[in-house]
Amino acid sequence: MALKILLVITHNGQSIDDQVHNAVTACLQLDVNYHAMVLGHDCQSVIDEARKMKGLQKLFFLEHVSLEFGLAEPSAESISQFISDYDYILFPSNTTSKNILPRLAALQNISPITDVCEIVDKDDRIFKRPIYAGNIIETVQSEQDINILSIRSASFTKTPISSEANVDIEHISPDLSSIQSKHLGCEITKLDRPDLVGAKVVVSGGRGLGSVESFQLIYDFADCLDAAVGASRAAVDAGFVSNDYQVGQTGKIIAPDVYYAIGISGAIQHMAGMKDSRIIIAINKDADAPIFKSCDYGLVADLFDVVPKLVKHLKK
Amino acid sequence: MKVLVPLKRVIDYNVVVQIDSSQKNVVTDHVKMSINPFDEIALEEAVRLHESGVIDEVVVVSVGSELSQEQLRQGLAMGAHRAILISCDDAVANDPLSVAKILSTLVTRDDYDFVLMGKQAIDNDCNQTGQMLAGLLKWPQATFASKISFSTDEISVSREVDGGLDNISCQLPAVVTVDLRLNDPRYISLPNIMMAKSKPLQVESLDDLKLNLTPCLKRISLEFPQPRTSGEIFTDFDLFVKKLDEEEVWR
Ligand SMILES: Cc1cc2nc3c(=O)[nH]c(=O)nc-3n(C[C@H](O)[C@H](O)[C@H](O)COP(=O)(O)OP(=O)(O)OC[C@H]3O[C@@H](n4cnc5c(N)ncnc54)[C@H](O)[C@@H]3O)c2cc1C
Ligand SMILES: Nc1ncnc2c1ncn2[C@@H]1O[C@H](COP(=O)(O)O)[C@@H](O)[C@H]1O
Repeated sequence: MALKILLVITHNGQSIDDQVHNAVTACLQLDVNYHAMVLGHDCQSVIDEARKMKGLQKLFFLEHVSLEFGLAEPSAESISQFISDYDYILFPSNTTSKNILPRLAALQNISPITDVCEIVDKDDRIFKRPIYAGNIIETVQSEQDINILSIRSASFTKTPISSEANVDIEHISPDLSSIQSKHLGCEITKLDRPDLVGAKVVVSGGRGLGSVESFQLIYDFADCLDAAVGASRAAVDAGFVSNDYQVGQTGKIIAPDVYYAIGISGAIQHMAGMKDSRIIIAINKDADAPIFKSCDYGLVADLFDVVPKLVKHLKK
Repeated sequence: MKVLVPLKRVIDYNVVVQIDSSQKNVVTDHVKMSINPFDEIALEEAVRLHESGVIDEVVVVSVGSELSQEQLRQGLAMGAHRAILISCDDAVANDPLSVAKILSTLVTRDDYDFVLMGKQAIDNDCNQTGQMLAGLLKWPQATFASKISFSTDEISVSREVDGGLDNISCQLPAVVTVDLRLNDPRYISLPNIMMAKSKPLQVESLDDLKLNLTPCLKRISLEFPQPRTSGEIFTDFDLFVKKLDEEEVWR
């Protein structure tokens, strides 16, 4: 039986969030095609990109000034009006969806399944999701007719967008009740390196770096590899970098081809965010650091000694 | 102003969690239990807001078994004024939608102005309950707060999001969920632990709240993920580099 699927596309106003491409793969596991929805205001470039998604059958553009910054109240209220037409509503798992999805689910009296890492049976509605910082995988079955899922991007490959736009857009101006929240502004970290989410190579630094100044070593190394930069919570707490660099249970969950953990001990909360990486490489001066139990290549050494040498080696 | 702070009893974050023989539950016997770390931060913030005169009363609530009284007593020792235990089975206590319905019933019945709670329970890692509660109450929400400031009938919140920080303001009443960097919770002193013993802790059942809840998600099983095994560990820089060159991991 064909399933009716709606994918909610999260974006930053200019482009689609990287995790959406992984969520498309999940949609295509459920059925050959699906509908998708963009919520926003004045975001043509997002629409242009969305139209090229593989398997997309219909695109709704819900446009309203209150939807410009992804506030939860108007977003959940808008999507809510479409729910009853679908078997599955999918979101990529990221902070935008985490804010909106549970509110939407509650408005519809639905228990959502978030951070799905495997669709076990789409008809019997059986899914797997990580719990306890990814140390345990839970298999759950839903008894609901309409299911709201968020897709953990590290567990699904990306479906690349096609070169041409395939679908027409249905433009909708939602009727929204008065909103009691106001967007004041963003402090978005400007990056001149690849974005942490979706990067092929990530170099992360931990408390072992010792200071903001020394953290420069991580940037230098990352630049040699055209890598994104990440950090442990201890490094963020110590003020070496801002919060959006944090990898882990409560930070970003990523699965690059190669992950370098430098001066990071390997606490389970950190591993939760990177243990699906294809190759993990650790540099730590403590031979007993837990990170060495789950890395592919490790170097027991003082990072201040070896990282500059690595930079030199790579520049050759 | 009266604030409600939910506290969930969870396995301490330092414990390596094990699966029991039924393959359906984790082992909790003889395991250290704690207040969910995010909830402790929410409570710390509420107590500070009380100390600075913004909030009159701080009430902590836990949904779960009688054992959660231990975490409520800790909450009282941190500075909450009174505590409520909503006693129910684990299936309900671990279902965010059920917990949100319970909290929403309490908020409406007892007239709270503000709910300050953790963004995520570190056992099920759902990150849902606060947003659901706000939806059920039709209140505005501010999630993942790393900074909160009050004016008369409005709060401004810096939210930790994937791209950096997102600043919003909400009218009260509202639900705010907190992130790790909001504050560092205080240590509980012995005199405060003693004092907490005489603070009120009220136990209520779902019947008392006239709620009949059946979670819609059923757990089938638990398993461990494929473990990563340790690979090659080097102490010699040159051998390490040679290996990475050979394996072409740099490319
Ligand atoms: C609820 C909760 C959620 C959390 N979420 C996260 C999360 O999302 N992400 C996260 O990362 N953490 C998280 N944490 C924190 C986590 O438990 C650890 O405290 C943190 O990951 C430690 O960071 P670290 O490895 O940088 O620091 P440390 O554990 O202090 O390790 C520093 C390492 O650097 C090494 N080192 C020091 N100097 C040198 C040198 N000169 N050369 C080489 N090596 C050196 C040391 O040997 C040590 O192994 C969370 C904690 C809690 C309670
Ligand atoms: N059983 C419970 N008792 C008290 N508070 C809870 C309970 N379950 C969830 N919460 C609250 O909801 C927050 C988010 O939980 P969750 O949605 O399960 O990740 C937690 O940080 C708590 O503040």
